[in-house]
Amino acid sequence: MSLVDFTWLIGGPQGSGVESGANIFSRVCAEMGYQVFGKREFYSNIKGEHSYFTVRISDQKIHSNVNDVTLMASFDAETIFRHFDEVISGGGIIYDSDLDETKTDDVHTLDAPFKERLHKDLESKHKPFTIAGVLEIAKEKGVSLFPVSFKSILSSLAEETENPRLKGLVRMFNVIGVSLSLGLVKMPPDSLQKTIGSIFSKKPEIAEINQQAANYSYNYATAKFESFNHLLSGTEKELGTLLVQGFQGTALGKMACGCRFQPYYPITPASDESVFLESNEILEIIDDRPGSTAVIQTEDEICAMGMTIGAALTGTRSATCTSGPGFALMTEALGWAGINEVPIVVTNYQRSGPSTGLPTRHGQDDLLFSVYAGHGDFPKIVYASGDIEESFYDTGNCFNYADTFQVPVIHLMDKFLASSVITCKRFDTKKISIDRGKLLEKVDDGYRRFEFTDDGISPRSRLGIDNGIFWNTGDESDETGHISEDPVLRANMMDKRMSRLDLILKKISDTEQAISFGIEDYTIISWGSAKGPIIDALEMLKKEGISIGFIQLKLLHPFPSNYVSSLLKDAKTIIDIEANQSGQLGKLFKQNIGRDVDYFILKYTGRAMTSTEIYDSLKKVIQNKANKREVLMHGA
Amino acid sequence: MALKLSDYKTQVHNDWCPGCGDFGIVNAIQMALAEMGVQRDKTVIFSGIGCSGKTSHFINTYGVHTLHGRVLTFAQGAKIANPEMTVVAVGGDGDGLGIGAGHFVAAGRRNVNMTYIIFDNGVYGLTKGQASPTLKLGEQTKSLPSPNTNYNVNPIGLAVASGFTFVARGYSYDVRHLKDLIVQAVKHKGLSFLDVLQPCPTYNDLNTRDWYAGVDLVEEAQKRHSRIYKLEEKGYEPVVHYADEAEINEKLTQSLIKSLEWGNKIPIGVFYKNEIISPYNERLLDKIPNYLENPPAKQNISKNGHSNTDISKILDSLEV
Repeated sequence: MSLVDFTWLIGGPQGSGVESGANIFSRVCAEMGYQVFGKREFYSNIKGEHSYFTVRISDQKIHSNVNDVTLMASFDAETIFRHFDEVISGGGIIYDSDLDETKTDDVHTLDAPFKERLHKDLESKHKPFTIAGVLEIAKEKGVSLFPVSFKSILSSLAEETENPRLKGLVRMFNVIGVSLSLGLVKMPPDSLQKTIGSIFSKKPEIAEINQQAANYSYNYATAKFESFNHLLSGTEKELGTLLVQGFQGTALGKMACGCRFQPYYPITPASDESVFLESNEILEIIDDRPGSTAVIQTEDEICAMGMTIGAALTGTRSATCTSGPGFALMTEALGWAGINEVPIVVTNYQRSGPSTGLPTRHGQDDLLFSVYAGHGDFPKIVYASGDIEESFYDTGNCFNYADTFQVPVIHLMDKFLASSVITCKRFDTKKISIDRGKLLEKVDDGYRRFEFTDDGISPRSRLGIDNGIFWNTGDESDETGHISEDPVLRANMMDKRMSRLDLILKKISDTEQAISFGIEDYTIISWGSAKGPIIDALEMLKKEGISIGFIQLKLLHPFPSNYVSSLLKDAKTIIDIEANQSGQLGKLFKQNIGRDVDYFILKYTGRAMTSTEIYDSLKKVIQNKANKREVLMHGA
Repeated sequence: MALKLSDYKTQVHNDWCPGCGDFGIVNAIQMALAEMGVQRDKTVIFSGIGCSGKTSHFINTYGVHTLHGRVLTFAQGAKIANPEMTVVAVGGDGDGLGIGAGHFVAAGRRNVNMTYIIFDNGVYGLTKGQASPTLKLGEQTKSLPSPNTNYNVNPIGLAVASGFTFVARGYSYDVRHLKDLIVQAVKHKGLSFLDVLQPCPTYNDLNTRDWYAGVDLVEEAQKRHSRIYKLEEKGYEPVVHYADEAEINEKLTQSLIKSLEWGNKIPIGVFYKNEIISPYNERLLDKIPNYLENPPAKQNISKNGHSNTDISKILDSLEV
């Protein structure tokens, strides 16, 4: 039974340091031994729009966010308007007391539909449309209020440290918010000081100012406020725990498995991965000279894809990283890689479509698009990771699949994963095996790149090796790679390439195809980042004696029909859970297995699912109160 | 054993139209490769789509026939990953300056050490003669229903403005001169561009071989008078000799002005050459000191089937 389950929320205008505030808080909690699950939400905007971070911490393993907020640290009015009702009875709100009289109309970044909903709520409760109004509601619910004048904290700090510059440093509101929070929950202060020191280790002056502000605010909270209901004193830390951000899993996986070339075009939420790779471009190699990853920023995604393929032809493990709109531009060349049997990996951090959609928001929108990407029939693999830890190892597998089967691999990630921060077990590079398939080191005379073979896979030469000359073309070709429009050869070549789909299903192990978390009368099918909230919801239900099964699909194309049907033979009711409007996995499932999904639990607000929402809707299913389509709406 | 010209030819049947200017270009490329004696398995021809796209199948080196407009993207990826390859990219003017114009500009900025040859004939041949980006405004080649409504791209001017560091023009019926230009282009340190005027006998009835030869001018001039002349014969000096802004600007401007000449006098030869600007591989060396000795394609990525990359320092920094 979990003793600690605490959710902290920090919000503020974009550019005000919400992310770094959350980073400090998460690190302190992780240092103190807690499990952390944090997630960032932000607008497509550089400065000014509302951004927030929820950090859930526990002394048990956690995989998702919940609806309830235990303590909210706000330093602007918008955060209070948008999130006051998420804070639970017995929870707390730290807020800037100078904002009491701020009206909703004073906050120009509050959009009309949101304001309309809020006004309706306030009207029904006979409260004014002000901060004081919403805080009264919170107070009546049983939320403790912690008013603080952030400005006067800065002034007092400036006086105390005889540093007048501090007075105007509103940039430090985030550190003040974090430190007040940690003071309230009485987290031992040493780790706060240490964390700030390490985060700003390259800027000792800034570290010092922040440490002073942290110290002052921490003491301010402990002295000024009565004890908060929720205290965090730390727990035993597991050795070898990482605090990682979503995009770091695939980036580190690429370094470890030998991806040495990554062209990319900037796009949210994918570019962080490439930037991280480039920031660590020189690689230490065991018993060898240093290696490196050439990370190239291109003029568009079409070039990124072309370069990826060009480099792959030299035998280099190559990948690109993008999101839906960029992947759409890559699909013509994806087909070229397909017909020419070029192993490449495309990491697709999906976001909400269609078109630009919600460019900084979550969505598992590209499953069917990935399965069908490209014109004409060609073999490819679509593979999805369920969490950050998995994504590290899956990245290694994706490159092995690409090399072994000589096909393009689309590795599906998403915005939820990309902007999550979690604690997990240190990645183990020893588990990354490297299989280059039929890639040749030496070629004998008479080489033919597309030679017919028993298993449908031809030995692969690469640009630049002796006797290894080959031709590629996007046209249909003969075994040497020269254009051919012969009808019989065409049919044979198509069959040769497409036979790989069966081979893939035969060679990829069951546990890499799908993961069974148990099969029950009611069994969930899902994929990708929905895994975390599902696991936590199932855990909650288990405590009530309710068991629901769950299959996480990882290999989505070719679809592992045999394995999945065999797993599901005793399941009576199938529930599909995913973050898109049309239930894409459900469609794929029906198409391949011929069985209908009984319930869909879907979310397409652009916000990630919480385990609370899934728990609630699964309960409705079991109580026979659910609609065939349950649509989840939580989250600002 | 020294390689002969025939060693650079494949047995693939060439299905270009009789009299096509492309023959001259493919011959010139083969002659240039033979003259330089490049190793066949250290050389790769990338091609785009259209008639010119078939070029890679006729040359006996590695050959990669890519997508419409994307040839430079594939070629740059290969060259950056394996810098010891000699890389020549070829394509039509529609391919490179229409659908691929964005890549053309970006490639210039990058200045990767390779060669790009455009087969420039003013029409989309393989789709039956539509207007291509180099056809002049108001001109009507024979399969156009009405005169061309677009202004033409100036390939030389665009290349110079985009950052190509070797910019030249050849003529497909002056094969020896073209071969010499290709040799210079391939030897150039940086991205070299060759605009090759290439009459399409089937669809371009305006810029024909006779037109380039000035047959229509014979009566006026009372003697045969080719429209084409060679820059080097007129004392034109294309090379940027020292890293001085005034010197670079002067040579750039000169080439731009020269590129506007058309009509009765059409210059071929080298318009601009600048080896002072760093090629892309040198820029990469600033970031990755051992890039040239250990480029992506040469790196050893495993030991006994397992990862040999040590990411422990990064993991340490993430550990709590």
